[in-house]
Amino acid sequence: MSDFFDVNLLKAVLRMATPLVFAAMGGLLSERSGVMNIGLEGMMLTGAFVAVLGTYYLHNPWAGLVCAMLAGAGVGLIHAFWSIGLRSDQIVTGTAINLLAAGITIFLCQRLWNQSGRSPKVDTLPNVTAGINVLVPVAFLLVPVVWYFLRTTKPGLRLMASGENPQAAESVGIAVDKLRYVAVMMSGVLAAAGGAYLSIGSLSLFTRDMTAGRGFIALAAVIFGNWMPIGTLGACLLFAGSQALQVQAQIKGLGISTDLLLALPYLLTLIALAGFVRNSRPPAGLGQHPTSH
Amino acid sequence: MFESARSRGLLVTVLTSLAAVAIALLVGAIFILLSQQNPITAYRALLDGAFGDRRAVGETLAASTPYIFGGLAFAVAYRAGLFNIGIEGQMLMGGLAAGLFAAWNFDLPKVVYIPTALLLAAIAGGIWGAIAGALKAVSGAHEVITTIMLNYLAYQVLSYCLLRADGWLPVNPQLQATDPAAQNARLPNILSGTRAHAGLLVGLLVAVLVWYFLFRTSFGYQLRTVGLSKGAAAYAGMSWGATITVAMFISGALGGLGGSSETLGLLGQQYNAPQGYGFASIAVGLVGRNNPFGVVLAALLFGTLRSGSTAMQNQAGTSKELVLVLQGLVILAFAALASSGRAQSWWARRRGARFKDTTDTIGVEPGVAPEL
Repeated sequence: MSDFFDVNLLKAVLRMATPLVFAAMGGLLSERSGVMNIGLEGMMLTGAFVAVLGTYYLHNPWAGLVCAMLAGAGVGLIHAFWSIGLRSDQIVTGTAINLLAAGITIFLCQRLWNQSGRSPKVDTLPNVTAGINVLVPVAFLLVPVVWYFLRTTKPGLRLMASGENPQAAESVGIAVDKLRYVAVMMSGVLAAAGGAYLSIGSLSLFTRDMTAGRGFIALAAVIFGNWMPIGTLGACLLFAGSQALQVQAQIKGLGISTDLLLALPYLLTLIALAGFVRNSRPPAGLGQHPTSH
Repeated sequence: MFESARSRGLLVTVLTSLAAVAIALLVGAIFILLSQQNPITAYRALLDGAFGDRRAVGETLAASTPYIFGGLAFAVAYRAGLFNIGIEGQMLMGGLAAGLFAAWNFDLPKVVYIPTALLLAAIAGGIWGAIAGALKAVSGAHEVITTIMLNYLAYQVLSYCLLRADGWLPVNPQLQATDPAAQNARLPNILSGTRAHAGLLVGLLVAVLVWYFLFRTSFGYQLRTVGLSKGAAAYAGMSWGATITVAMFISGALGGLGGSSETLGLLGQQYNAPQGYGFASIAVGLVGRNNPFGVVLAALLFGTLRSGSTAMQNQAGTSKELVLVLQGLVILAFAALASSGRAQSWWARRRGARFKDTTDTIGVEPGVAPEL
């Protein structure tokens, strides 16, 4: 059993958690500001694609990463404009973003490289040590940064107030809508960075639907982590751990039910939501607007 | 006076849907243009591919069928103030249940085998939906999140059944599918020489039933009341928790039926692959204004786009994924139009509301479901 839990397993957990942590921190900012974001999946996918696109044309993966984050901000702006500016239903808008991202990435793949399923190979971001990409530590450093931002800084506290009670926040002079715009765009930036990790960090190309539901798992991590940065990190590690264990169990042929391990993140989130674990409490103002017209 | 206001409302409703589709097609055309292709050629190839000949028409009908079920599933939940994005998982569970039951090859006549298989699919999908409804009723868990989780759980259940349960289930792990459905369980073909199957007729029948249920039964009324106002429903003595649980059961059952219609009609077995209609069903429901008959029309539109997209790719070289883009654009356009409708009514109220305008019935958020 001792060679089952080896350093490779630990590295695998960190690798699998990285895209989740990026997207979940993004999701956390958006949800904490009061905007539901089920478009995380599409934002990640956009990031994964644009990272390759930027790297391909600018011949530099760092430039690709920047392009991805800018594109993420752009997608975030769409989500923000529709759900804050136009006051559309946030779920409706998020769904549209997921469909659009899935379609446009494949459409452009086909158009630019004449291959519908994948992009050509591009350079990747460097590794800091064997099997650990430079974005892995960045993701984990992001967690205390987000925690510090929300807990101690003025904009962070205002952002949380906007999410808890937008009407009250507005009445004490907080520009709720403006803060939410920034939060949702930041969530796009971070989700896109998570997507970029997949395409130019752990792989070196874009493949269709390569995020494969990670945006939704990240959202689940936010909820399972009870909308707290540290809790969300824990959820990401737990979800990544069950995935990594499943891979390890398959390689080493251990008699652990791999199906159950794969199903674990979803089951745990359902159980947490059902209130069996502890009280799950979303921001009270989630989906509400400061003024209703 | 009432009648004319009502018909004006209907007109606005229909026009909004048409405008959303038109805007989506227009933006899609710009998109094609930007990728240095000819949008007219592309759209013509699409139409040709959807209606060009008998086979194409059959393909369009077959492609529209799952959207009818998906759109109805979305509409029922939406009318109860719920946002069911778990239609994908409900379809999978329904398809799996029907696929397994059909693969067991019981010695049953068609008139018994097909309805029983459909019923089982409806129950399987219904249970999958009701879980989300019950969780919301008991602990307030947001149905959007629970249905997403249930989608992924459905994938896991499906792949477990198809890949590792061959000891006790009629499945083929090599093919990653259930064994082929018994001939007596297959939904018959309705247009010879094409893939159009009787699932379409089931879908149309179900649309009528859903309309009757929503607008002509007391439980349908209760469901819509709960959707419009939780408080008002409680005041009238209606149980919110029980109503949304049943609503999610019905919604899931419709999704399950849709899955089984694919399994027993189009494919002949359930494969280990996503149905891929879950999110599109939302667009169908919205464009169809969550009215059963509107949903049928919207489903035909989306079926046309889907069946024509392959021809568009082959003849005009425009990637068939444009259809996904169009679906996304329809939703965004729709949301924007609805929002301008709300802005208008707000403006009208401020102006003293000289005329009671009808545009504020274009609500997209659950809870303000418009009645046609």
